[in-house]
Amino acid sequence: MSSPPFASELDLQLCHDCGQVCQSGAIECPRCDALLHHRKPDSLARTWALLITALILYVPANLLPVMYTDMFGSGSENTILSGVIEFWRDGSWDIAVIIFIASVVVPCAKFLVLGVLLVTVQRRSRWAMRERARLYRFIETIGYWSMLDVLVVALVAALVQFRALSTIEPRLGILFFGLVVVLTMIAAMTFDPRLIWDAEINDDRHA
Amino acid sequence: MQPQLIICEHCDSVYQRPALTPKQTAHCQRCGALLERGRHLTTDQLLALTVAAAILFMLANAFPIVEISMQGLSNEATLWASVEALAEGRITIIALVTGLSIIFAPALQIILLGWVLYHARGGRIAPGFRTCMRALEHLRPWSMLEVCLLGILIAIIKLAGMLEVHAGLGLWAMAMLTVLIILISGRDVRDLWNELQVPVR
Ligand SMILES: [Zn+2]
Ligand SMILES: [Zn+2]
Repeated sequence: MSSPPFASELDLQLCHDCGQVCQSGAIECPRCDALLHHRKPDSLARTWALLITALILYVPANLLPVMYTDMFGSGSENTILSGVIEFWRDGSWDIAVIIFIASVVVPCAKFLVLGVLLVTVQRRSRWAMRERARLYRFIETIGYWSMLDVLVVALVAALVQFRALSTIEPRLGILFFGLVVVLTMIAAMTFDPRLIWDAEINDDRHA
Repeated sequence: MQPQLIICEHCDSVYQRPALTPKQTAHCQRCGALLERGRHLTTDQLLALTVAAAILFMLANAFPIVEISMQGLSNEATLWASVEALAEGRITIIALVTGLSIIFAPALQIILLGWVLYHARGGRIAPGFRTCMRALEHLRPWSMLEVCLLGILIAIIKLAGMLEVHAGLGLWAMAMLTVLIILISGRDVRDLWNELQVPVR
């Protein structure tokens, strides 16, 4: 089975906004006016920068409390992990697992996968290209579920407002955590999966 | 220029555009990504669902999502109140992200889709069609109603241990709205570029 040609070999490029097939070298898409790029500009450098920033912010996101709970005069602060543990102890292990996946597993998977993709692309690796492409699509799809904890805190804080009796307030940790989610989402959008396949083009056909 | 060609956005492979029956899908040989999906819904159906979504959106925002009561006191929260709860002090920027993901992005999606589809129904290209379609494309990843729905369920379970919790009318509207948004904000609407034969300059 012969593999399909690459767009660059036919002097074509794709408009990401409307899917139009455009001539190589065109600056704007003739159909929707979007700026065209052969590859997303500075994809590797920008993705690295966003990824490392997100990784740094992930530390305070986990160390700082995300929520302050005051029930009948006794106040306590929860971090993301202590919240998970509390759910687990109360017997809601299913909720604990869901929050753990959304707040810990998903962001860590994104860090790991984007890191591996960046390093392998830079080394022009031809290892497991199909699998790496699939991994990229996977983290692109699941990434936004990490917003879960932010939304839970928002809703709970909006609801539990009984002045003297009990209140729940958001804390600084949720800011860092939210920023991590946004930055990793932008990092995934900035990475250009076509770079994975460029190793094949330049090594094979134009050597 | 070459409407018969199609390029895989994930690996740049070029194919002849396949003729698909509804619900059929075409995947890229090289990277396995989804290339194209046969259309699920006609323009009329999409428009009908968009109008329904607009009504549900208003209900979901006008009525409380959850109500709680404790020792004779009661309290309720709307979507907007949840966004506001994050807007205090140093964490305000997260309120913006949250507001975008559960209120502004879905609202804009509904408005833009309604505008584009209303005109497309008569075979016309809506004024500002290009801008609307590109905005829709960029809004999609930031619209997170399904995550919000799961968040509401978790909040309910979390609070049910200490308080009395009731689902509000807004929650039911939101649950239906989430399904509708997933249906209408999919790839179907992309077909309008070809269907309306938007001119290339
Ligand atoms: Zn375009
Ligand atoms: Zn492909």
